Amino acid sequence: MSEASLAGRPLVPPIRPEYDHVLAPFVEAPVERVLPFSTRLWQQDWLRKGLIIVALILVWEGLARWQDNDLLLPGFGATMSALVEGLVNGELLDRVRISLVVLMQGYVYGIVLAFLLTTLAVSTQFGRDLLSTLTAMFNPLPAIALLPLALLWFGLGSGSLIFVLIHSVLWPMALNTYAGFQGVPETLRMAGRNYGLRGPSYVIQILIPAALPAILSGLKIGWAFAWRTLIAAELVFGASSGRGGLGWYIFQNRNELYTDRVFAGLVLVVVIGLVIENVVFAAFERLTVRRWGMAR
Amino acid sequence: MLAGWSCFDRIPVPSPHLALDAIGFRHGARPILDRLSLQVAAGERVGILGPSGVGKSTLLQIVAGLVAPSSGELGIDGASVTGPVPGATMMFQRPALLPWASVLDNVLLPSRLMGRRDPGRRDPGRRDPGRRDSGRRDEARSEALRLLGEVGLADRVDAKPHALSGGQQQRVALARALASRPRILLLDEPFSALDPEMRAALRADVKRLAQERGLTLLIVTHDPADVAALAERAVVLGGRPAGIVADFTLASEADLRARLGGHVSQNGREAA
Repeated sequence: MSEASLAGRPLVPPIRPEYDHVLAPFVEAPVERVLPFSTRLWQQDWLRKGLIIVALILVWEGLARWQDNDLLLPGFGATMSALVEGLVNGELLDRVRISLVVLMQGYVYGIVLAFLLTTLAVSTQFGRDLLSTLTAMFNPLPAIALLPLALLWFGLGSGSLIFVLIHSVLWPMALNTYAGFQGVPETLRMAGRNYGLRGPSYVIQILIPAALPAILSGLKIGWAFAWRTLIAAELVFGASSGRGGLGWYIFQNRNELYTDRVFAGLVLVVVIGLVIENVVFAAFERLTVRRWGMAR
Repeated sequence: MLAGWSCFDRIPVPSPHLALDAIGFRHGARPILDRLSLQVAAGERVGILGPSGVGKSTLLQIVAGLVAPSSGELGIDGASVTGPVPGATMMFQRPALLPWASVLDNVLLPSRLMGRRDPGRRDPGRRDPGRRDSGRRDEARSEALRLLGEVGLADRVDAKPHALSGGQQQRVALARALASRPRILLLDEPFSALDPEMRAALRADVKRLAQERGLTLLIVTHDPADVAALAERAVVLGGRPAGIVADFTLASEADLRARLGGHVSQNGREAA
């Protein structure tokens, strides 16, 4: 056959029936095999992490017993009993409530301010310059470093706490939200405008949902900053009119050498941080950006 | 029942007529388009070709009213275009679906937004609900479902876009574009992200649906096969700043490729 006659025709291999075998189903060995129970168990994330925690607790307890000085290092058992005692008699819950109320105020004010600043930044050149200058100046400034000044201005009380909380939330939140808005794909923006969206409905229906992954990460970072800042600020002072939050609880009990309660307070700080991050934010993410396929 | 619904119904023969008069566009100091004039008749299907970066997409965005030209006049149906044009709907290279909305909600987007602006349009066979909102919402929904059926996605209406393949997403985008009841459909490289089989299938769908509706079609592409399949007229952009270097009626794909040889380098098929 010449080259020319082959060209331009799809090449189909010839079928030779004498070589065309139909295979019998493969049954000699199981195709699917159930993994051994131990392997399946080891694949469980929570179990592996749980084992790490148990190991750490054992080391902690062992160290504490060897040290044998509850004033320096109370063991796991002592800490847990202090924690349970504090929770049962309501003192710890009260402290947590005070902390969270202050935190939420600062957090919400910070978010609102961040949105205002970002709105200004996406709509005007002046706003952009303002945002970039302010975040460049204040983002590296630890909120706690402003506390002396805040105390001078707002006195002892929740006013100063809210001031430093706003500072800790505002800048990372504004930066993330702005980056999120900037990152909305141009085609999506154009599609929105093509279908006649403009003004606030364009922002609400296109920009905010499209920027939600970044906004969420801003909320998470803001939360983490705020929580750390609050506990630290409460350690420095924090008892306004005789009522202090969780940080104050830790500080007070250190002064009175109830080291087990100090540990209980620390455990609670960790637990609350974990719960907010892994339950509240995770649930919000699952309901939004993950369901939409915008984040893994 | 039809009478007095909207300005469109009062025009006896709707004449989607597109006129570009000496359109120029500058990106900063850089001129992109130079005094470009083009007339497109109602129902005409025009392919716009040219090398990458010549300003084809910009031209389409100007026609849709998404980008303002730096100079010149653009008119649709005799009205001067100053902002996003209802009835001139764009389909982009990427589907640009709302990831947070279901397939059906994406297709319903235009009708939700049109709400007050442009109820039942020129198709006299279409039943216009005289009732307000709820009737119209039902109609929009059934029309969206019908459109999704026409593009072969009747069974995926509740899926989120990320669960669909690229070709399916582009089909949703097509259904959404048609749901806006356009008079002019502007296609900006809508097939370039698809594999050849999908590309041919979607091309056939676009052709059928646009022809059924008598839509004016402007398609920007670097693939002559797209133009040969969909358009009856080819406009070639070239030069810097770009102007129209050729404007002719299409005979066949081979003819088109032969004519393009002079204007576009054949290996100029860079990624868009």
